[in-house]
Amino acid sequence: MNSLTLLGILPLIGALLIAVIPAEQVLRVKQAALGPTILVAISAIMMWLNFDESNTAFQFVQSAEWIPSFGINYAVGVDGLSLVLILLAVLLTPIVVLAGWNESEGGRWSAKVFYILILVLETMMIGVFAATDVFLFYVIFEAMLIPVYFLIGGYGTGERSAAAVKFLIYSLFGGLLMLASIIALYVMSGAQGGHTFDLQALSQLEMSSTTQNFLFLGFFIAFAIKAPLWPLHTWLPDAASSATPGTSVLLLGVLDKVGTFGMIRYCLTLFPEASKTFTPLIMVLAVISIVYGAILAIGQRDLKRLIAFTSISHFGFITMGIFAMTSQGHSGATLYMFNHGFSTAALFIVGGWMIARRGSSTIADFGGLQRVTPVMAWSFFLAGMSSLALPGLSSFVSEFLVLVGTFTRYPVHAVIATFGIVLAALYILIPVQKALHGPTTPGNEGLSDLNLREKVAIAPVMAIIIALGFYPSPLLNVINPASAHVIAQMGFTDPAPMNGDK
Amino acid sequence: MEFSAPVLNYTLLSPMLIVLGGAIIGVLVEAFMSKALRPITQLSVTLGSLVLALVQVWKIRNEQSTTAAMGSVVIDGPAVFMQASILIISLISVLLIADTEHFTALAASLPGSEEERYAVQSGNQVTEVYPLTLFAVAGMMLFPVSSDLITLFVALEVLSLPLYLMAGLSRHRRLASQESALKYFLLGAFSSAFFLFGAAFLYGYSSSITFTGIRNAVVGGGGNDVFLLIGIAFLSVGLLFKVGAVPFHAWSPDVYQGAPTPVTAFMAAATKVAAFGAMLRIYYTAFANAQWSWTPALTIIAIITMVFGSLVAIAQRDVKRMLAYSSIAHAGFLLTGVIALNKAGLEATLFYLFAYGITTVGAFAIVTLVRDSAGEVTDLNRWKGLGKRSPWVATAFAGFLLSFAGIPLTSGFIGKFSIFSAAYESGATSVVIAGVLSSAIAAFFYIRVIVLMFFTDPVEDGTSVEIPSSLTSITVIFSMVVTIALGVFPAPVLTFISNLATFIR
Repeated sequence: MNSLTLLGILPLIGALLIAVIPAEQVLRVKQAALGPTILVAISAIMMWLNFDESNTAFQFVQSAEWIPSFGINYAVGVDGLSLVLILLAVLLTPIVVLAGWNESEGGRWSAKVFYILILVLETMMIGVFAATDVFLFYVIFEAMLIPVYFLIGGYGTGERSAAAVKFLIYSLFGGLLMLASIIALYVMSGAQGGHTFDLQALSQLEMSSTTQNFLFLGFFIAFAIKAPLWPLHTWLPDAASSATPGTSVLLLGVLDKVGTFGMIRYCLTLFPEASKTFTPLIMVLAVISIVYGAILAIGQRDLKRLIAFTSISHFGFITMGIFAMTSQGHSGATLYMFNHGFSTAALFIVGGWMIARRGSSTIADFGGLQRVTPVMAWSFFLAGMSSLALPGLSSFVSEFLVLVGTFTRYPVHAVIATFGIVLAALYILIPVQKALHGPTTPGNEGLSDLNLREKVAIAPVMAIIIALGFYPSPLLNVINPASAHVIAQMGFTDPAPMNGDK
Repeated sequence: MEFSAPVLNYTLLSPMLIVLGGAIIGVLVEAFMSKALRPITQLSVTLGSLVLALVQVWKIRNEQSTTAAMGSVVIDGPAVFMQASILIISLISVLLIADTEHFTALAASLPGSEEERYAVQSGNQVTEVYPLTLFAVAGMMLFPVSSDLITLFVALEVLSLPLYLMAGLSRHRRLASQESALKYFLLGAFSSAFFLFGAAFLYGYSSSITFTGIRNAVVGGGGNDVFLLIGIAFLSVGLLFKVGAVPFHAWSPDVYQGAPTPVTAFMAAATKVAAFGAMLRIYYTAFANAQWSWTPALTIIAIITMVFGSLVAIAQRDVKRMLAYSSIAHAGFLLTGVIALNKAGLEATLFYLFAYGITTVGAFAIVTLVRDSAGEVTDLNRWKGLGKRSPWVATAFAGFLLSFAGIPLTSGFIGKFSIFSAAYESGATSVVIAGVLSSAIAAFFYIRVIVLMFFTDPVEDGTSVEIPSSLTSITVIFSMVVTIALGVFPAPVLTFISNLATFIR
């Protein structure tokens, strides 16, 4: 069997395993969830080692007929871009399971259901990045909403059902617009040599620029809701503040990346002309997202909402990098997706532990944690530093690449976006100061520090953040050829760097 | 004048004849059988004749004939598929009808009268619903295979009259049930009159009552086009009434709510297949060359129907009324397949009808299970927390709702995709856009029910979920399996349909 397909099926087998364990044996259920996720992560790393970096075509491909009447295939394959995102997904899942060991308590249903949903979601996360058939992609893109919906609505806190519905309705609306575009592509492919959903074949379609613009919008709006880009972001803070920390990690860390991934894989590939037409508008929206997300983050009193708004700012950077249409910008954006996954994961996981111990997510309720729980406080500090892109940590490399890549073509946008970095220092340092430093707030004296399980869970995240900060090459070697390939396909060449002393 | 004996091809007509024969046996059983044996005998006769008819349909699946009954009945691929769909849907609906709890013990008695109480207490339950169902099924099977206007009208009446009666058979809230039956009957009679009026004009236009004759007149031209337009318009009103398209939908919420739920399931699913089957045949054969005179009007009706159905469904507080408005919205989606007027449209509509019918019966089967001491509970507020109380029933209902909403990996999605792509292919872009938008609206109220069931805490008000009887379980499980299977592996059914989906003229 194809190794990619096998990778996708593994979590499902895990889910079936959990299904046969009695619901009372909670520990056994958790172990049965952790085992397969670790196995999947190891298999994905093996795949990465076998990946041929110099080859820009899809690798590990498999294609089989699924619905021949519509020319739909089960077709999967990875290139540098999707490999990196699959790695992100499968590395984060075991960490989420381990870090959120007790997360399923307080849910409407048993732990069993929680882990089945997580594992089904992992299969879909692998599938959505691996699909090379547009229909298959769409099916997974929509179907993965359902487990997330139940994860937020069933296991979250506060206004969880309202948040879950808002998330679902926003996403479904975007998805249906994309469906309309997909139907149009399908019909056009039928008129131009046979119905197909193959990505390569669809990118060769002839269409008028008006059609192309409309179809582009269908795809782009769906992805912009997912990513989320200002002004389509309003579902995210609610969803992130209601979901459990683990769900939020998967939601912001991986699922939202489907949006930015889709912009590269589908918007740019299928509609190169329309992408160029809309670039000025999208660049402006991206810059607004960066600044808007950052300013609103500064104003947040709730820790989870704060992290959500920082993500809106970061997704602005990613979108800007993509539409700057330079190979540096693209590589930076892809690397940013990976790094953002880990820095957000660190923030949500450590923040989640803080919230669970304190019983409140209001930042003002914390204070002086440095003295009471040093390990937890330092972990949060490091996570925060990664989020504000401190040099030496992974996010710095990607943010720098995006800014450099953007500056060569859009200097003004890049300069404004740089203010986002300054604001980032504010939105991270203020809560760090309030929560970690100063006198211990009454009520916090008895908080316990991280236990062994939690240390084991957060250690790999921190290790990756630091390691990629100093030595990003292993990932960049995979990403760079893919980015250069996309840029070349679009017909762009990188502008020559401008020298100040010319 | 010389009379010649009619030549009938009994093999091709056998499915319908078997069902009619079963219905007549049912009437005799009802009259002469002792009351202890009656229910089980009726159920066996009904299921037996439906299964036998289905087997017979399978045997004639590759036959094509326009002369099965002196040119009045045409048997071709679509006809076979529609008859099979109707039979399968009826089979699983009859399993629901078998639960006599839903039906009044003596339909002839006045609601609340001494007579009624006596009938209930003595356990003297009448079972006339079985033969009525079979008669309706026979009418439905004839409706999409008729190839002239007279046969079409006879089929329309044969399928409608038993349904009017069946709508009034509810045991609980009998007055509402009878009111709905009367409403259905009166409006149905109006629509029949419209239908006949249209048929008369078409005869005036083409001097023929056969679809082939009308088609030839349209192709040949030269007739009075005003007659043709009036004929098409009035005939369409009659058909659109049956499928519940706006503005001819007014009966459906009341009837869906008032009728006993198993009857609602049967009516909602099977009538739609029959009526759309007939519509497809007429528009694809008789009126195909006059498409410029009816596609614009039908396009507008389709758009209004789907938008109206989805919007009004949001405001419903009763699960049966909500499903009624959802079925109105789906009628709009199905109309896009009629408008498409191409092979893809025909295939898509056939698939959609089958998938939607099965899902509908499944959804109503779940409705029959949620009860309190006074019968079914259809108030959505009392469905709160169903997911906690009986997770499997709630999960199944959520699955059916997701299929209605067209979420991938369910049959509803494949149906929606195929029907919209067919419409887009024919150039009906506006319908596709309206369809996509109303799907988004519709998703909202389906999801609201899921929220109610899963994310709201139960209220203690005596609402409970009946342990499904084995027959009801079969219906639910079968519907669920088909809904998922057609969503994940639709290829065999789609290939099957595409091999036979050509109307012979």
